[in-house]
Amino acid sequence: MARRTAIVGVGQTFHRSRRPDVHIGELCAEAVKAALEDAEIHVRDIQAFVTGNMELFEGRYVQDMWLADWIGAVGKPGIRVTTGGTTGGTLASVAFELVASGLYDLVLAVGFEKQFEGDTRAGLKTVADPLWIRWQTTGAIGYFSRQARYYMKETGAPEEAGAMVRVRLAAHARNNPHAHLRLDLESVEEVLKSPYLIPPLRQLDMCPTSEGACAIVVASEERAARMARRPVWVKDWTSVHKEAIYVRGGRHSVADLEMAASRLFRRNGIQKPMEEISVAEIYAPSTWAELEWLEAYGFCEKGTAWRLEEKGVFYWNREFPVNPSGGVVCTNPIGATGLIRVAEVALQLRGDAGPRQISRKPTLGFSSAWGGSGWTVAHLLSSSKD
Amino acid sequence: MKTREPLQVLGRLYVPYANWVGETTSQFLCELRDKRRLRGTGCSECGKVFMPPRSVCPTCLASLETWVDLPTTGLLMTYTSVHYSFGREYQPMDPPYLLGIIRLDGADTGLCHFLGETSFEELRVGMKVEAVFKENREGNILDIAYFRPIKAAS
Repeated sequence: MARRTAIVGVGQTFHRSRRPDVHIGELCAEAVKAALEDAEIHVRDIQAFVTGNMELFEGRYVQDMWLADWIGAVGKPGIRVTTGGTTGGTLASVAFELVASGLYDLVLAVGFEKQFEGDTRAGLKTVADPLWIRWQTTGAIGYFSRQARYYMKETGAPEEAGAMVRVRLAAHARNNPHAHLRLDLESVEEVLKSPYLIPPLRQLDMCPTSEGACAIVVASEERAARMARRPVWVKDWTSVHKEAIYVRGGRHSVADLEMAASRLFRRNGIQKPMEEISVAEIYAPSTWAELEWLEAYGFCEKGTAWRLEEKGVFYWNREFPVNPSGGVVCTNPIGATGLIRVAEVALQLRGDAGPRQISRKPTLGFSSAWGGSGWTVAHLLSSSKD
Repeated sequence: MKTREPLQVLGRLYVPYANWVGETTSQFLCELRDKRRLRGTGCSECGKVFMPPRSVCPTCLASLETWVDLPTTGLLMTYTSVHYSFGREYQPMDPPYLLGIIRLDGADTGLCHFLGETSFEELRVGMKVEAVFKENREGNILDIAYFRPIKAAS
């Protein structure tokens, strides 16, 4: 990064299927106020704003036009970010760039979604190429059902593997007061009673649709030195774009995830990611995606994630904590989801994650966002400046 | 290769929505519907009274929890006449119609609404107007049918 950049405040709302108590502006104000409070600053201190969500999910476009009025951004520079599922991750990236470039010393990013308010099918349809793809798409469930089947076939993982992931995430979510689904799932058997959406994908394997928002405050090194909270340093970030259908040659592909993580690790000298990275908050919309993508990121060998899951190493109090927040499978307000990953890693690196604080001493954290069918944003955050 | 015939992909998307208006606006709309009452919210930090009511001050982000009763009368800040037809599904009624921004007495901000029982020629910036409510109200800002000029007592 051109200048050292740090996260100095994070805030999020509580997340539910429906938040009729607030409209979109009020929801964002809730997250922004929480982040400002955490950073112990006034909104007037913020020099620029980055806002974003999934286009059309509430039947609205260009929401930043009126949103400025609800987050204290009137008259200030701002950028709207709408990169689909990766929006939350890109929001963080843009805020980092605005500070790293030297343009601003204090920037706020806020992501949100109120999924219940619109017909998400309409929004998702606009994503796909109208000639070649739009007419055949049916949303995320079909995609992740196929992904689950592929993973099982390739690795020999039994149906119980996905259920084990779900039990872990439920245990994590119960530690997180912000999580949407805080279910008392204690056993694999309970998860396997969940109905199929499309076999082998069960309802409990898949993320919910949530309404909620998340915000972070990003500061320059100089400004971070004068902030109330211990800064969490932005080590690096990257993104990979591709539309899967054109490049995968008809086969299932996780090339975007592989490229993003390997690039990030290579240029930061990380050779053994699972040893060198203390915590990962990954954007995986289903239990099976979590297993396959841990492998794609290079945290473990192909076909071994479900074996490690069996041994319990991904629990928050074990060797390699994955999604100690409960992850996307427990909370998914799309435009905020990627930013929640960043905020949760920041809390972990600060040591402020409360009951979900990992046991391992946190030094380096990995967060990711994913969207479309082949778009990855990944961040590396650090508790130390260098 | 020469383009013989430029082709298009045709389609139409259906985009329904049901946006929650939130607790503050819900309370305002219920009182408008049930009691024909208009209320704003006040910011104790900057002293402003917002109409339409807000739950968050746009300047200082303070929570606005104080309700302020407002009369149904106000001043016409500006107005216009709509003649252009944009498509019935995108307009509340067929043109021509009159629109104005009204600042209710005691409020600091303006509300955009229809003007009725008047003509473009009769309208003046700064004239006193009052709300005329619909008989059948549904909890929508259009439960006010329109604002009309207050005629001097004859």
